[in-house]
Parts: sequence; C-alpha cells; structure tokens
Amino acid sequence: MALAATFILSSCHEDPLLPPGWEPEQKETVYKYPGFFLLNEGNMGSDKCTLDYYDFTDNEYQRNIYPACNPQAVHGLGDCGNDLKVYGNKLYAVVNGSNLVDIMDLATARSLAAVSIPNCRAIAFKDCYAYVSSYASEGIVDIANALGTIYKIDTTTFKTVATCTVGYQPEEMAIYGNKLFVANSGGYRYDNGDYDTRVSVIDLSTFKEVKKIEVAPNLYRMAVDRLGHIWVSSRGNYSDVPASLSVIDASSEKVIKKLDVDATGMSMAGDSLYVYGYDWKDNTTSFGIIDINTLECVSDKIIKDDTQSDIQSVYGIAVNPESRDIFITDAKDYMTPGMVYCYSREGEFKWAAITGDIPSRIAFSTIKKKK
Amino acid sequence: MKISNLCSYFALTVAAIFSAAASLFADDNLFPADTLQRLEESVVVAYRQPEKTIPAQTMQGETLKKLNSLSVADAIRYFSGVQIKDYGGVGGLKTINVRSLGSQHVGVFYDGVQIGNAQNGQVDLGRFSLDNMESVTLYNGQKSTGVQSAKDYASASAVYLRTRKPVFKEGRSYSIATKLSGGSFGTFNPSILWEQKIGNKVSNSFNAEYLTTTGKYKFTYTRQDGTDTSDVRRNGDVRAVRVEDGLFGDMKNGEWKAKVYFYDSKRGYPGAVVREEPGRFRHEDRQWDTDFFTQASLLQEFGRYKINASIKYAYDYLHYLSDPRVDVSTMYVDNHYRQQEGYASMSHEVEIFEWWDIDLATDWQYNTLTADLRDFAYPSRNTLLAALSTSFRFRKIKIQASGLYTFVHDATRVEGAASEARNKLTPTAVVQYIPFDNVNFSLRAFYKKIFRMPTMNDLYYTFIGNKNLKPEYTTQYNLGTTYSNNWMYGAFRKIDLTVDAYYNEVENKIIAMPTSNQFQWTMMNLGFVRIFGTDVAASTNISICDKAFTDVRLTYTYQRAMDCTDPKSLWYKNQIPYIPWNSGSAVIGLTYGRWNLNYSFLYTGERYNSTANIPENYEKSWRTSDMSVSGTFDIRNAELKATVEVNNIFNQRYEVVRCYPMPGTNFKIILTVSI
Repeated sequence: MALAATFILSSCHEDPLLPPGWEPEQKETVYKYPGFFLLNEGNMGSDKCTLDYYDFTDNEYQRNIYPACNPQAVHGLGDCGNDLKVYGNKLYAVVNGSNLVDIMDLATARSLAAVSIPNCRAIAFKDCYAYVSSYASEGIVDIANALGTIYKIDTTTFKTVATCTVGYQPEEMAIYGNKLFVANSGGYRYDNGDYDTRVSVIDLSTFKEVKKIEVAPNLYRMAVDRLGHIWVSSRGNYSDVPASLSVIDASSEKVIKKLDVDATGMSMAGDSLYVYGYDWKDNTTSFGIIDINTLECVSDKIIKDDTQSDIQSVYGIAVNPESRDIFITDAKDYMTPGMVYCYSREGEFKWAAITGDIPSRIAFSTIKKKK
Repeated sequence: MKISNLCSYFALTVAAIFSAAASLFADDNLFPADTLQRLEESVVVAYRQPEKTIPAQTMQGETLKKLNSLSVADAIRYFSGVQIKDYGGVGGLKTINVRSLGSQHVGVFYDGVQIGNAQNGQVDLGRFSLDNMESVTLYNGQKSTGVQSAKDYASASAVYLRTRKPVFKEGRSYSIATKLSGGSFGTFNPSILWEQKIGNKVSNSFNAEYLTTTGKYKFTYTRQDGTDTSDVRRNGDVRAVRVEDGLFGDMKNGEWKAKVYFYDSKRGYPGAVVREEPGRFRHEDRQWDTDFFTQASLLQEFGRYKINASIKYAYDYLHYLSDPRVDVSTMYVDNHYRQQEGYASMSHEVEIFEWWDIDLATDWQYNTLTADLRDFAYPSRNTLLAALSTSFRFRKIKIQASGLYTFVHDATRVEGAASEARNKLTPTAVVQYIPFDNVNFSLRAFYKKIFRMPTMNDLYYTFIGNKNLKPEYTTQYNLGTTYSNNWMYGAFRKIDLTVDAYYNEVENKIIAMPTSNQFQWTMMNLGFVRIFGTDVAASTNISICDKAFTDVRLTYTYQRAMDCTDPKSLWYKNQIPYIPWNSGSAVIGLTYGRWNLNYSFLYTGERYNSTANIPENYEKSWRTSDMSVSGTFDIRNAELKATVEVNNIFNQRYEVVRCYPMPGTNFKIILTVSI
C-alpha cells in the first residue's frame, strides 16, 4: 500500500492512473466485461456528478469522460448522481439533482437522451422497459404524506409510458419473474417520526402495486439472486432500531430471513452477496459475505490483507461478475475526489485510482468503450 | 399588513418627486457658484477617524453613496482582505469573509451594538441600506479606540455600521430626503429619511424603505464545444420593508442613543443552476423574515472616568417553505424558527495618567431558539463576557493589551441535549510605533486569539447538529505600516497608504459532513487552515482646479489560505475553496462642481471551488466595472440629486459561487430630493 500511496501522490494531477506493478498483458485476453463505468455523485447543488471509465484491457483509468464524449453539454452529466446501470448496449445514469436519467451509448458514452423524471433515485430493467423509482408524487394534495412513484420508460423511444404509485420515498428495486419489488424508505418522513417499513410488489403485466410486504424501517438497497431471493437492507431508524438485512422469497412474497447485518451497500456475484455497513454514530465500517444458499454470513472480512485502514469513508461496493475482483469506493471527506480500490477475489489489494467527488456506483460494461 | 398604507404613502412620495422634477426644469439657476464649498460642507460630518493602531478601513457617507451599491455588502467589497459570498441578484444572501477566517468570525455592529444570529451565525449584509449610513468601518482584530463593550473584543474582525446622526442647516429644525430608485430586474426602491430636531439636545431620525424586485435576469453559459446557451434566473424576487427610528441625545460630557429597527421581507430562493430539463421545475423555495430590535446606549464622561452602557432586545422570525405542489421535484419543508436575544453591557474607562488607561467591560447575553422540527432541543444560551484592557500612550509607542473571559452556558428543554458549558480566556496585544516626529508614518503589530461558539444550528439542529462540537478558534498575527499626509496646496491634497502582512490559523474548523447518505449531514470539528496574506490599501485626493478634484482608492489583497487538516490527504496545503490568490479593487471619483462621475472596479483572481485544486474545480478570474454619473441641482429650497448607474458595463459573465450566475450589464436611476 505504501507503494500505491507514493504512486498516487506522485500522480495526483495527472488524469490516468495505472495500477502499480500492473504491466500490460502480452496475450490478447477476451473479457466478458472489458471495463467498468463509475458514477461520482458530487455534492447536491454543485453540478459535479461525473462519470469515470476503467478499461481492463489496457488498464487505463479515465476520469470525468462525459464532457469530452458530449461536447454539446453545458453542465456535464448533472447534479448529484444516484444510480448507474448497464442494460443492453446502453448505459443509464440516474441523476437525482438534475431530475433526469441520462441514457448513453455504451460504446461511446455519448448521450442519446435525457429523460426528465423528478427526484429520480434508482433504476431496474426488464425486457424493453426501464423502471425508475422516484420520491416525487405528481398531482399531490396531501403534501405531508406524498407517496413515491415508479416510472416505466420505453428503452427504444426513451419515453415514459406509465407510472405506478408505491410507498414513501422508494429507493432500489429488484425484478424476479414478472414482479417488481420496491424498497420504500420513507426518508422524508423522519420529521413525522415514521419511516416506511414495506416492500411494494408490482405486477409488471398490469403495472399495478399488488401487495406491500412488512419488512423493517427505512429500506434502502436491493438485490436479487438466482434462487429467487430478494435481498433488502434496512438502515434502521437511527435510534432504537438498528440496521438489518432481510430476505424475501419472491414467489411466496414472505420474509424468510432477517440478518443482523448492516448493508449500507451491497453487490451480488454468483452465490455470494458482498455487503458493507457504515455506522456513522461511532464511525465504523463493517464488511460481510453472505451465502445465498444457507442465507448465512460466511465471513465478516472482504479485505484480507492490511490495507483496509487506507479506506476513509466506504461509499460503494461492486464485484466483477467475471473475475470476482472486488471494487470498493472511498468518498474521503465528501468534498474532494475519492478513490476506488481494487481487490482480488481473495481480498488482496491490487490497485487504486483517484475518482471524482463521492464515488458511488460501478457498472460493468459488456462493450469496450471506444476512445 | 401595512403594505396598503405604505403603497399610498409611496404614491405620495412619487408625486412629490415628480412635481419637484417639473419645477427643476423651470429653474434657470442650475449651477450656483458656491457648489464646491457646499459639497465639502456636506461631506464632513463630525466624524472621528479610526486610529491607526489596528488595521481599519472606513468609508463615509458621500463615498458610500458614490459607489453603485445597493447595500452595505456591496460597499464592503471595496475593502482589502475581504471576500464576499454572493449568490446573485438583489435578494440573494451576501456574507463577507475577512482574511479567510470564515464569515462567522465577522462581528457586525450597528450603532455600537452587535447584530447577532445565534441560529446560524451569519448576518446578511445585503439587508442593510446605505441610505442612513454615516460610515462603514472594518477592523481586523478589534476596535481599539474609546470605551467599548466586551463584545467589541469578541470577534476576529468586525464591521461597524454607524447611522447618520442628524445634522441641520443653520436655523432649520428638520431635514427630509426622499429617494426613489428603480432599474433592471424590475427593481423599485423608494425611501425616506426624515430628521427632526426635538428641543436643543435631542433629535430624531426616521428612515423607511421599501424594495421590490422580480430578481429576473438573463445569464449565459458556454458549452464545451464553445457555443453559448442562455436562460433566465427566476424566483429571485424580493419584497422588503425596513423602518427605523433613532433618537440622538446630547448631554453635558455625554450622549445617548435609542433605536427601533423593523425589517420584514418575503423572497424566493432560486437555487443552484444545474443541468435539468429547461423550464420544467420552478424551484420555488420561499422564505419570510421578520426582524425586530430595539436598543439604547449611553456614554458619559466624568473627568478621567468614562462609562458606556448598552441594552438590546431582538426578535427574529424565519419561515422557510419548499412546496412539492409547486415543484414536484422538491422535498416538502415548512419550518418556522423564532429567535430572541436580550443583551446588556456596561463598560468603564479610567485614565490613570494621560498616557495610561484601564478599561473594564462586562456583557451579558441571552438567546433562545425555537423551531417546529421533530425532536427539537429548544436551546437557550447564556453568555457572560468580561474584558479587561489597558493601553499605554507614549510619544513614539502605543501599547494595548486585553484579555477577554467568556462563559457560555447552554440549556435545552430536552434533557441531556445541551452542549457542555465553556470557560475561555483569550488575549489580544496591539503595538504601534511612530518613529518620526514630523512624518505621519507608523509601524503596527497585533496578536489576537479568539473563538466563535458553534451556532445553535451546528449544535442542535435535529439530526444534523452535534452537541459535542468544540469552539472554532482563530489566531491572528499582523505586521503593518501606515503613511499619510495632507497638503493645503498643490495637486496632491491627501495620501493614505497602508500595508499589512498577516499569518492566521483557524483550528477546530466546523465542517458539515454527510453521514450514511447525502440527505443527512452532521457537523464536525475537522478543519485546520493556515493563512498567509498581505493587504494593501491606498487612497489619494487630487485637486485638478478650484472646481474639480478626483478621489482615488485602490486595494490589493494576496492570500495563501492552505487547508492543513490532514497531512495524508492528496489535497494537503491546497488553497481553501473560493479564496483567490489575488484580488483587488479601484474606485475613482471625479467631481466637477456639483457633478460627479464615479468608476469602480473589482477583480477576483483565479480560485478553486474545492480544496482539491484540480482543473474540474477551477473557477476563472472575473472583473467588473461599474459607473455612475450624478448631478445636484437646487430647486427653490430643495436640492435634487439625480444619479444614473450602469453596473457590469462590459457584461462580464461570472459566478462568485459555482452554479450561481451573476447578472450582466444592468442599470439604475436614483432621484433624491432633500429639503
């Protein structure tokens, strides 16, 4: 790590950052995921949401690629990004402060459309539709009790085709079969004293909410595994109810397991769910690997060497589905550029790079981005 | 409200001004010969210059009026060492940062009594008018003249706003000045200043002002490919009423003042200009403010002993509304905050020998804050301050040393939520050396350590506040020289030159940090800043002929403000946000008879909007030029002054704060009738 640190220091003003000791490979490797995009949230009101790209074939970390790929843009990607996903041959960035989803061509990162969705939070996909969760509630009357909305977007026309009202301040979603599961947070309701505690179930054939499953307060992240488990994290109520992680069986729509695990962020890879938790009250970070077959936490360590202390403020986690390399983002002081750290599947430090402000989401790309 | 009464009142004022203007054109005698003499009479109003022991910059009535300034904040931009935060428009928040210590370290005193804001520690200088202002003075360190309250010792730097004490023409018992101004952004701003003599020793000054503006202006951004795109800044509208009444009394070897101040406003908050679908979201956050205070002070001399007593009560109300029915993208916020403040001060000065004074001041202040937030702590704060100061005046050397003791005790309605009580003793030392007997040249130095208490928002705001916060300390070291001279004849009539170099430290800087997500932030004592700087100010008065003279005022500031919080950080020792390395100003006034031409220029050099001094965070330098022309005419017994202002003449596109574009070229016309 000392080597990495000196390397970073010596190159803090240069854009590309090569991992230390990483020589370009001689033989041509064919990657299923030749690179990844990283979304930097940027602070709200600063218009500093940026997009980085890392290429596994030439090991080049490119910072803030959006302006160069989109010279017609005035402000860059926008204000305060919240979600980033790859679907088909497109890249979707949910930019919360800009109230839009930017849909980009995966090969060029060129913006194809910006779909305006007020207070948009997260995105999920099925067939030719994207589903975007939003805190907004159009045409509301009772402002203190406004429910959130899921917007259904046609990924070929980039138009909103339908909306569906869900719980309070919906965050992430997961799709299994023909059901869309929505984690309702109630994040705006701390002032009323009650967070939302339920997961909404939407039947995608009718696009209607058919059920609400009682889980835990302040639901946040969601993931789905191959066995039809919906993993949903609760941030607790920041006083007497601690954070937890629940498993919902998608077919019975019942909570089948509740783990005493803080999953502030999570990433599914194969049969393992990688989680991290950040407890801001005592400023501690925890990690965990959960086996989806046993629904048990099999390890509370992801980083196996002594480099974990280099991370100041863990803000995101992503596991490469192909190599199982683990990526952890560090938001540092939230006001200056953060870092992304790469670890091998064994948890050994591989490399680190400087990102934009508040690095959060990583989306592995199926197409190598053109230069 | 009294708006309807006010409207009819202003209609009358407008009618009066137009009839006055009509009579102007009937008047043949537009240029009386004695104009210059008369002008000089009106400039100097028994004003006591601040002494030069401590760096101080002052602007007086006429100078202030010549600047194209709408408020006190606009005028202070022309002082060296000052950076102003300006979010654009007439109604946007304007706060000042002196020598990079942070805006909450600037004390603002109105007629000798501090204007507080226990809630957030920031005084919006955009809300104080220059209409009734006699002088605006900025002190680095602390004021070092006269018998002063403990509060005068209690901030790292201080702005003193001094309202005009009524002065009457020979044989007159009143004077009335009505002003009407209007211009770009749909701005309409009438005001009246009515000064009345009540007996021999008492006079009253009544000042009222109404301001309305749409706040709309066009701004332009350049895309990455070099093409331009324009939009209109909306929802920056303001309606404000300010009414003040002051009584000024003279006594044998003393004086007293009493004042009532009322301000009521409603305004929009336009928010940051960020990427989004143009025109879809209205960003209509709104704020209502009602501020009221009343204060009185008394100064009495008994030979070698002087006493000063002050008392104040203040009430501030703030209502903030973000309504998702108006703008679906926002979070619903509807909060009401009420602050009250009680203050009393007693200070004494004893002149033991002609060369030795001892001062003792004791202040008490009580603050409360209520808010309709869930789990709100309902804090109240008792502050006791005691300052002991001594000064020695020898022929070549002046020394002042003071110690300030502060005791702060907070209580909350919710048990156990209060921050622990604080006891602090903080010192200041000031030295001035005058090496030559017949040259007005001096060397000066000061050292000051002081802190600011965390504000009630920092400590108690539901979820965000952190009751364990420690006070934020500043330490200042200053070395400087001054030179001044006056001449009765020749071209140069006056020269003033000051150069100061300083080193400052800010410890335990209070910084907002997000917690587990961006919706919830908390406050922490995290920052450590080191600042090296130089302030230069020069002014001169050049006589061109009997009728014409020019005033020139120049300032330059260099600041190296380093974030030294974390030696392991990649951005260690980078320049702190929004502090330019170089900045400066120039004000040039040309007076010919009763005509005046004024040019003012501001320069802010390159800077970064974040401690990470990287190209993405780079903010370009900007320079603005403002110009005004005014003429004064007599119409029978009245005097009419007409001013035309053009601001940002070269239509500079700039932002003081990222995502808050500033207006381009704009205009204003001001008519003042005085009787």
